[in-house]
Amino acid sequence: MPELTRRRALGAAAVVAAGVPLVALPAARADDQGHHTPEVPETPAASGAPAAFDEIYKGRRIQGRTVTDGGGHHGGGHGGDGHGGGHHGGGYAVFVDGVELHVMRNADGSWISVISHYDPVDTPRAAARAAVDELQGARLLPFPSN
Amino acid sequence: MTVRKNQASLTAEEKRRFVAALLELKRTGRYDAFVTTHNAFILGDTDNGERTGHRSPSFLPWHRRFLLEFERALQSVDASVALPYWDWSADRSTRSSLWAPDFLGGTGRSRDGQVMDGPFAASAGNWPITVRVDGRTFLRRALGAGVSELPTRAEVDSVLAMATYDMAPWNSGSDGFRNHLEGWRGVNLHNRVHVWVGGQMATGVSPNDPVFWLHHAYIDKLWAEWQRRHPSSPYLPGGGTPNVVDLNETMKPWNDTTPAALLDHTRHYTFDV
Repeated sequence: MPELTRRRALGAAAVVAAGVPLVALPAARADDQGHHTPEVPETPAASGAPAAFDEIYKGRRIQGRTVTDGGGHHGGGHGGDGHGGGHHGGGYAVFVDGVELHVMRNADGSWISVISHYDPVDTPRAAARAAVDELQGARLLPFPSN
Repeated sequence: MTVRKNQASLTAEEKRRFVAALLELKRTGRYDAFVTTHNAFILGDTDNGERTGHRSPSFLPWHRRFLLEFERALQSVDASVALPYWDWSADRSTRSSLWAPDFLGGTGRSRDGQVMDGPFAASAGNWPITVRVDGRTFLRRALGAGVSELPTRAEVDSVLAMATYDMAPWNSGSDGFRNHLEGWRGVNLHNRVHVWVGGQMATGVSPNDPVFWLHHAYIDKLWAEWQRRHPSSPYLPGGGTPNVVDLNETMKPWNDTTPAALLDHTRHYTFDV
């Protein structure tokens, strides 16, 4: 997981620079404890959500960002009993050419999307790139239609 | 009594009848309802929330019931049909008779992944992909492209040797038989096969490819083999687990059956071996 590793490394470096004893804390936990590091813009929010991204990959715009979970924008299934209806990426949303790609975070921190549901990757950006690879130029359909 | 056979040993007539029943379910719209249900659970099952069809102990009984419903639908078209299973640890080549034009058809062409032969090729006109996540309406595969090797028999045996059915936290992070069979941990059996087939099989709408049923019929058979090896190992958890289907809790979407009621497959079907 190159991105998380890099973020951890940056966080650890910042802790050392601040004169605090180096401890093996994930960056998000360090954040919780108030070791703020303004010189490291990519330090994630206290929620542990990954950093936002926005890039052109194989000619398509992929974006990821933390979202406020309004709920109800897609039917997670299970018979409309109130299950689903929110983001399963822990308040993180991914888009391909502006269309939302359903992503989900696994217990071990890896990510999948509805386009590659059985093949976890390390970050939501990697899931977005895997979706672009898989789509081969096809347009993504917005859920709830999927 | 329904007997589920290894796909490799089906006669030409059995293959013909199975394919015809699939096409008839597709024509009437009943097939696509199964795709929709599966994708709804794929989207809804989460590691930290309610989870029923996947990444949870009920992965196995949920798919057992799902396949039973599908098999009954096939039998309403042709009472002689049973779901075959695909032992991908034995028939592990793209040249397997499974992928021949008289059965499921082969891999997709390189340009766009489109399956070009067999009864489910878009060109045959009988298999439109209507429940989908992207704009493509043709069946796609990329056999062996997403991952090069299907699981081996030794890898299957290593998972069958695990004596505990499932463990807390009852999700994709669990140790135990269920999660190793599902593939979120360890050598990766079930998940890897979806990736190996590629195309729609790698997505939330995986039942768009008829091989979905043959794959899951074999996963289901491995559950039965595991029960024979570990007769004193129960389904877990036994009760009181939030967001997780306990032994005697009913399962959505049917709400009329429990894991306990599905533990014995011989009430519904047997296997050829």
